[in-house]
Amino acid sequence: MARLTMREAISQALWEEMERDPKVFIMGEEVGVWGGTYAVTRGFYDHFGPERVRDTPISEAAIVGAAIGAALVGLRPVAEIMTINFAFVAMDHIVNQAAKLHYMFGGQMVLPLVIRTVGGGGRQLGATHSQTPDAVFAHFPGLKVVAPGTPADAKGLLKAAIRCDDPVLFIEHATLYQLRGEVPEGDYTVPIGRSKVQREGRDVTIVTYSKMLDISLKAAEELAREDIEVEVVDLRTLRPLDMEPVLESVKKTNRAVVVEEGWKSYGVGAEVAARIYEEAFDYLDAPVKRVAQVEVPLPYNRTLEQLALPQVKDVVQAVKEVL
Amino acid sequence: MHLSEPKQVEMFWMMLLARRLDERAWVLHRQGKIAFHISGIGQEAAQVGAAFALRRGEDWVVPYYRDLALMLCLGYTPREFMLSLMGKREDPSSGGRQMPSHWSLRRVNVVSHSAPVATQTPHAVGVALAIKLRREDKVVLTTIGEGATSQGEWYEAVNWAAVHRLPVVFMVENNGYAISEPVEKQMAVEGAAARACGLGLEGVAVDGTDALAVYAAVARSVEKARSGEGPTLIEARMYRLTPHSSDDDDRTYRTREEVEAAKRRDPLLRMRQHLEAQGWLTPEGLERMEAEAKALVEDAVDYATRAPYPAPEEAAYPVFSAEVRRG
Ligand SMILES: Cc1ncc(C[n+]2csc(CCOP(=O)(O)OP(=O)(O)O)c2C)c(N)n1
Repeated sequence: MARLTMREAISQALWEEMERDPKVFIMGEEVGVWGGTYAVTRGFYDHFGPERVRDTPISEAAIVGAAIGAALVGLRPVAEIMTINFAFVAMDHIVNQAAKLHYMFGGQMVLPLVIRTVGGGGRQLGATHSQTPDAVFAHFPGLKVVAPGTPADAKGLLKAAIRCDDPVLFIEHATLYQLRGEVPEGDYTVPIGRSKVQREGRDVTIVTYSKMLDISLKAAEELAREDIEVEVVDLRTLRPLDMEPVLESVKKTNRAVVVEEGWKSYGVGAEVAARIYEEAFDYLDAPVKRVAQVEVPLPYNRTLEQLALPQVKDVVQAVKEVL
Repeated sequence: MHLSEPKQVEMFWMMLLARRLDERAWVLHRQGKIAFHISGIGQEAAQVGAAFALRRGEDWVVPYYRDLALMLCLGYTPREFMLSLMGKREDPSSGGRQMPSHWSLRRVNVVSHSAPVATQTPHAVGVALAIKLRREDKVVLTTIGEGATSQGEWYEAVNWAAVHRLPVVFMVENNGYAISEPVEKQMAVEGAAARACGLGLEGVAVDGTDALAVYAAVARSVEKARSGEGPTLIEARMYRLTPHSSDDDDRTYRTREEVEAAKRRDPLLRMRQHLEAQGWLTPEGLERMEAEAKALVEDAVDYATRAPYPAPEEAAYPVFSAEVRRG
């Protein structure tokens, strides 16, 4: 095992997949000479050359649209959208095209496309740079949505996404790139569509993913000092959603809190809570609680921004409320 | 289209004030006193030239994030700029809700603009449409970087304005780079003005380090727009003298020699030399201006530093119109 940052883990996954398969190539704004907005592709341009590491014009619709075209005829593009907020410019291609072509045409052509992007707030970049609209994308059948919370998962899931014959939206978190964690040596993948227990506990189940995994694990530490043992289930993939580990955990703890960074209304927490009610209602000793972002466009001012984002103390409080 | 001596001196003053404010913003960022800055250094001549061609306060402006000098010409104050940099409650653009340099100033007809690039272009076209529908004697000026003209919606908007002959002037501030990507990675034509030919409007390239040349080009386009002859695309060519933003390190993609060479074509220097050659600016006059700019910058920083942040409960509104707290 090596201790890598999230940035290093993601970068390694891309590098290894590009070495392994000449059909894999990268394109997006600033991915080449600059090495990517979050420096994930630093060094790629020099090593793999401008053919396979393509700086594109500022044209998100064309980036995703062209990646779809290239994927349909057998390449394996990794299209980078600088931040998920700009994915809305390419929304038609993502949800009307990528998510539907395979089904609408009876599976004649597969779409081995990865869209790498960055979501999340907390860097004082204002409302249109800081959104966590993961649930919006997870709404559409036909699009796999992955959002890892640890370096090991990020590496394994990105490799799986690149090898996958379906379109995958791979959402990294803007404030997790420095997060360190153990990463297995050598070639490995993590299956898309598998949730994972990241911390075991008997009292309450927290269901979460991405940046909120980190926040939830910190909350679990704090609660452990008060002798409250929290089990933390990391969804890792939002579609297809793997509820098995969640339901198993809830059957054990009988209480659940869902923690997400996006807004509560129509969100990941709403979906997970509904599934728990549908499939494990009889096991619950308390209503499921949701922790999420205050329902405003995320403000720039640091105090307001932090106030609007879910914090460790919010998770701690929610856990205590279901006990 | 001749501009009087006082007007030209005033233009220089606006450029100088913008420059000194902008430089202070970089210092504040290095000191850790502000979270973010995106600079207009090197672009002041084009912005001031364009502003002076408008009926300021009456015509509409849909700017982009580098337009500090343009905003100052419209009546935005140094204090207001510092308030926005520090995310203070009194920041007139957003009360600390939006990033700095994303202007919005209702009192002088500056339309709120967002961060996804090129979104302002269709908005500007909509404003022009409203002017036409209401038969008002106004025009719209909208600005954008050259890289952002690669966006589909930019074409859609410009095309539409051309088809409907709307009273709008599109000014592209071509500063050579879109973050790290030079112009050649954004377009196969030589510059943004050439993009006009397929859209059926006039495209004009002008030296964006020459405030008077930009003034002349924009003034002519504004007249055209006012008389119902439709939109014009102006490309003002210049150089981004700073990194893209406070998050960028430009040494990874351009040489110091290139930047130093561009500094010799600094628009501020150019305007100064022009005024000096005319005998309109003396060393004492310049000294007075510098002192005044310094005083204004100091005052703005002091004022904004002491100004209150938004109260925590202010985070929750105004999401909808009924929640607007005015006054
Ligand atoms: C839709 C969208 N995609 C990407 C970005 C990220 N971004 C911000 S500024 C910028 C470069 C813009 O370059 P240009 O239009 O030339 O203007 P300049 O900043 O050079 O003045 C990019 C890519 C964005 N804000 N919006």
